[in-house]
Amino acid sequence: MIHEKSLIRPENLKTHDKLVIDGVDVSGHWSTFIESRVVTDYNERLEEEIAALPGGEHIHRCWQCGSCTNSCTVNAVNPDFNPRFWIYLIRTGMESELLRDKDIVWQCVSCHKCTYACPRDVVPEGVMKATAHWLELKGHTPKSRSTIFDEEFTAQVVATGKIEEGRVIRNFFARTGQPLLQDWLVEMARRVARRLPVLQGLKLGLAALFRPRTRGWSKAQAAITEYVNEQEAKHRKALHLE
Amino acid sequence: MNKPEYQRVAYYPGCALEGTGHAYNRSTQAVGAALGLKLDEVKNWNCCGAMEVKNIDPAVQTYLSSRVLSIAANEMGAKVVMAPCNGCYHNLKKAEHELAHDAGSREAVERISKKAGHATYRAGQLETIHALDWIKDGIGEEELKRRLKGSLKGLKVANYYGCMYTRPRHIFPEKDRGPGSESTSQPHFMDDLLAAAGAENVEFPLKTACCGGAHTLSDSDTSTRLVLNILRAAETAGADVIATECPTCHSGLEMHQVRAEKVLGEKTQVRMLYFTQLLGIALGVSPRRLGVHENVSDGLALLREKGLA
Repeated sequence: MIHEKSLIRPENLKTHDKLVIDGVDVSGHWSTFIESRVVTDYNERLEEEIAALPGGEHIHRCWQCGSCTNSCTVNAVNPDFNPRFWIYLIRTGMESELLRDKDIVWQCVSCHKCTYACPRDVVPEGVMKATAHWLELKGHTPKSRSTIFDEEFTAQVVATGKIEEGRVIRNFFARTGQPLLQDWLVEMARRVARRLPVLQGLKLGLAALFRPRTRGWSKAQAAITEYVNEQEAKHRKALHLE
Repeated sequence: MNKPEYQRVAYYPGCALEGTGHAYNRSTQAVGAALGLKLDEVKNWNCCGAMEVKNIDPAVQTYLSSRVLSIAANEMGAKVVMAPCNGCYHNLKKAEHELAHDAGSREAVERISKKAGHATYRAGQLETIHALDWIKDGIGEEELKRRLKGSLKGLKVANYYGCMYTRPRHIFPEKDRGPGSESTSQPHFMDDLLAAAGAENVEFPLKTACCGGAHTLSDSDTSTRLVLNILRAAETAGADVIATECPTCHSGLEMHQVRAEKVLGEKTQVRMLYFTQLLGIALGVSPRRLGVHENVSDGLALLREKGLA
């Protein structure tokens, strides 16, 4: 068993305020001990379910060296973001422990430092995406903002072959209930507008009204849609949903 | 090096270069024209999938990139495709790798391509390069020096490459091949070109740090912190400007510089310019033709201050 410092939580620490053993006063922190935990709710299917989702395929290769967490961009900002630990929990089936961190797994920024560093080709970045996906499919978390962004983006590419950034951003803000006119976005627009010639500003504005498209895209659209639907059904089956 | 096959390449600008990265598109074309390098835009191209589609389905992303490669190879007869955007470049390289090594991806791409009614791209038909390779290996520093009309002398530059240009290593088999090749841990192609144009490159430890571009809007607080690290490191290193070679990195740095100022009250002075804008200045192209006025950070003021515009 690998020692996990983060498993020692306040609720596992017991301290007697007044305790005398064999005439020795061990009141207060002298009597602190860690209550042993008994885990009975192993999910034996956890690893195979995550391995069935795109990106999770190579999780079994992990030998827990920690290179992923050591190189992780998000870990440097938030120490609770710990890919090595989550891979350990998934492989040992400790679902309830994993669920304690369910709201931050989606924050992986796909910088690929972990994949670069991993000596076992686990592709930890993929495992993070698969885990975030699993959490959402199982209903443990609502769709993250990142998923909503990915969906908006992908829907537009599948529909037209291209994206128009302004439209993706507007739809994303609308779906996540955020005002589009954020202070800092307005400030940005103001700074560009200050220097942009009026005619060019008009041209860029007009371009935004005409949706860019790839010509003759409908057959690709149909083929991609069919493929994605098939894959989604396959994933739901692998996760024993329905 | 002066690779003849880089003199005329298929050009894949990608969606960002028609939107937020418009200035990168302009400056890339302007530099190409000034150096006599020819670009044939990929006909009727589509989005490569960027950083988003793979999270819905990786094989669809591979297909999207493969369609671009297929058109360049099979309909235009190109041997080399050049993508200035790190996201596009990364995805085309990734598709190349998947199609060469993964039967599942090959099968999915073959199936979707057939139904979409175009030839399936086969691994090895094309070489995908970045705008940096295009200039570095198509022209080279010595030839570039001969073509200069001015110099970036006195300009202190931090070269920022981001994530997608070097990671993960396995999709860039041509890198890390010793002298002359690009390094994935210490990339230097942009440093080399800008040094040839007279700039003073500062020692910048965050060359390949992440700007949080994938979550620039969905997790803005994290992105702002990551960008602020990069901006502060560049300033500490003494840079006047961060040179960029990716529209997502570039707009991420610019957006979160403003956001850090507005939301966290953290003001930074360093400016952002595409490396093609900097090279263009040294080649005597006007800042307007390079789209310097389209940037959010005021690069024009900096260039004037340094007597470059």
